[in-house]
Amino acid sequence: MIRLLKVKEKQREVAQANGGSSHVKKQTAGELRLHKDISELNLPKPCSIFFPNGKDDLVNFEVSIKPDEGYYRGGKFVFSFQVSTIYPHEAPKVKCKTKVYHPNIDLEGNVCLNILREDWKPVLNINTIVYGLCHLFTEPNYEDPLNHDAAQVLRDNLEQFEINVRRAISGGYVGQTYFSRNQSCN
Amino acid sequence: MVESTVQESRSRDLDKLLLRPGNLVGSNFEPGPGLREDLKEYVRVLVVGAGGLGCELLKDLALSGFRELEVIDMDRIEVTNLNRQFLFRLDDVGKPKAEVAAKRVMQRVSGVNIVPHFCRIEDKELEFYSNFSIIALGLDSIEARSYINSVACSFLEYDADDNPQEETVKPMVDGGTEGFQGHARVIMPGLTPCFECTIWLFPPQVKFPLCTLAETPRTAAHCIEYAHLIKWDEVHSGKAFDPDDPEHMKWVYVEASKRAEFFGIPGVTISLTQGVVKNIIPAIASTNAIISAACALETLKIASGCSKTLSNYLTYNGAEGLHTKVTEFVREKDCLVCGPGVLIELETSVTLQKFIDLLEEHPKLLLSKASIAHRGKNLYMQAPPVLEEMTRSNLSKTLYELMGKIPKDVVHATGTTKKNDKKTSCLRKLRVIFKGVDGITDMETAAGGA
Repeated sequence: MIRLLKVKEKQREVAQANGGSSHVKKQTAGELRLHKDISELNLPKPCSIFFPNGKDDLVNFEVSIKPDEGYYRGGKFVFSFQVSTIYPHEAPKVKCKTKVYHPNIDLEGNVCLNILREDWKPVLNINTIVYGLCHLFTEPNYEDPLNHDAAQVLRDNLEQFEINVRRAISGGYVGQTYFSRNQSCN
Repeated sequence: MVESTVQESRSRDLDKLLLRPGNLVGSNFEPGPGLREDLKEYVRVLVVGAGGLGCELLKDLALSGFRELEVIDMDRIEVTNLNRQFLFRLDDVGKPKAEVAAKRVMQRVSGVNIVPHFCRIEDKELEFYSNFSIIALGLDSIEARSYINSVACSFLEYDADDNPQEETVKPMVDGGTEGFQGHARVIMPGLTPCFECTIWLFPPQVKFPLCTLAETPRTAAHCIEYAHLIKWDEVHSGKAFDPDDPEHMKWVYVEASKRAEFFGIPGVTISLTQGVVKNIIPAIASTNAIISAACALETLKIASGCSKTLSNYLTYNGAEGLHTKVTEFVREKDCLVCGPGVLIELETSVTLQKFIDLLEEHPKLLLSKASIAHRGKNLYMQAPPVLEEMTRSNLSKTLYELMGKIPKDVVHATGTTKKNDKKTSCLRKLRVIFKGVDGITDMETAAGGA
């Protein structure tokens, strides 16, 4: 390709002499796939999505879930999503921004949902994750606990668990932990 | 006099390749002394990464007759690099890798000119990358490869028959190692598969379930990940963990040790902690040397044509006996990064709404309910409602105006298409050209984003 390179080198010199540069934003394949996922979102009824940085930043967004049944009905729980440039090779990072009394979500917002970590596959998408998160509120699971105390109560005393969840949502102490009143609660 | 003798003896072996014709040479090979000089004068190689592979690559390329090299790396030298990154000495710890590597090779190989760039690859403009004849990659992450790949492919242009235009092909040579294993590959965008065409070759990263970390740790790695992912946030609310801060790493190590002791699990060490947290696999100097040598030779072959190039993916496995193999992977026909996309010619007066309607009727697309993106800007989104509302006002504007009044560029569309009466969703690359707009000959500025 040396002949080609000679020609190109001449062109380059000419281009440099003329100045002129173009600053172009690169869009990675991951961002394109995310664009597809977002444009096809079909969120379950109690969910809504927000883009805090406007319409052109799809890699950072928030999903709020307002369960309409189960222990957590009446509450509003906000999750932040951070999507990597090699999505869907890597799962998005999801954290719960609302402090919640839940066996599978710890008080720092870490979420134990298999498809976010060990069972993530590139064929899954943002919609699947949101459905997975909704599922956590209808079917909290004491077998994979992140909040050990909540898991124990769920296993041993359903009634107490329900009382604790209500208390956390409407604001107050559960054990040593204070939960502030959930915005959506009325 | 002495200088010229040195020069002569240095290129003696190379001359055997460059001065004589042969049967296994590349298609445009023109042997002769002129070729040797042209390699010095016209070929500019960028080495991405100045670590284990990068040090080897710079040395190999400099000794292979290349004169104009540049190297880019954002890291500084650490003590743990010294066992294999042979250009660095103890006194260099803390200095930028690119700068020290460039200096050392220039001291050792007279006549070679190496320009270092101590920065992130994303910090450079596209123009910077377009200046090189060949890009050689000595990287350790998928993200960085994917980025460079998308940059190199963005220079690629296709003619009206969807054939790649030779002068816009930016060759890449990519190396990678993991312990006793490695790969070397040649990527000719438009001709051989690009990085994105074969991204599935990378195995998924092993991730432990968070609840296992929190409740039932069984291995030393579980204890380390607990300290890194869960305990860190609990204690340092809001402060981000920095894997390059030794204090942070030490904190994780101490916490992991406590937890391992509590559960009676052996094996937490500071080096395992670094390995787990930073996803480090022990690097072996000789594997780096083998892979880099293969990459440097391919670079020489691409530039000079003195032999046919590797076609197109070499795997080297020294872990169980020794096995090496070359596989010819094929391109992904509809690759969003290196594929031609569908060519669409438009009047400048076409509105975004009209354009979306056109995609539905286009015989090659039949794409209904399309959402459109251009260079990272979402021109129109069908869903979710919040984005639809934010982009709706664009529908009545002309596409030409929305794309910044440039004569041609790539846009991406997602929507649904009917195949055998079944609706499937798809994402397509479109090459939009506006009729009757001057300036198409300005190749560099009109180069489409991938």
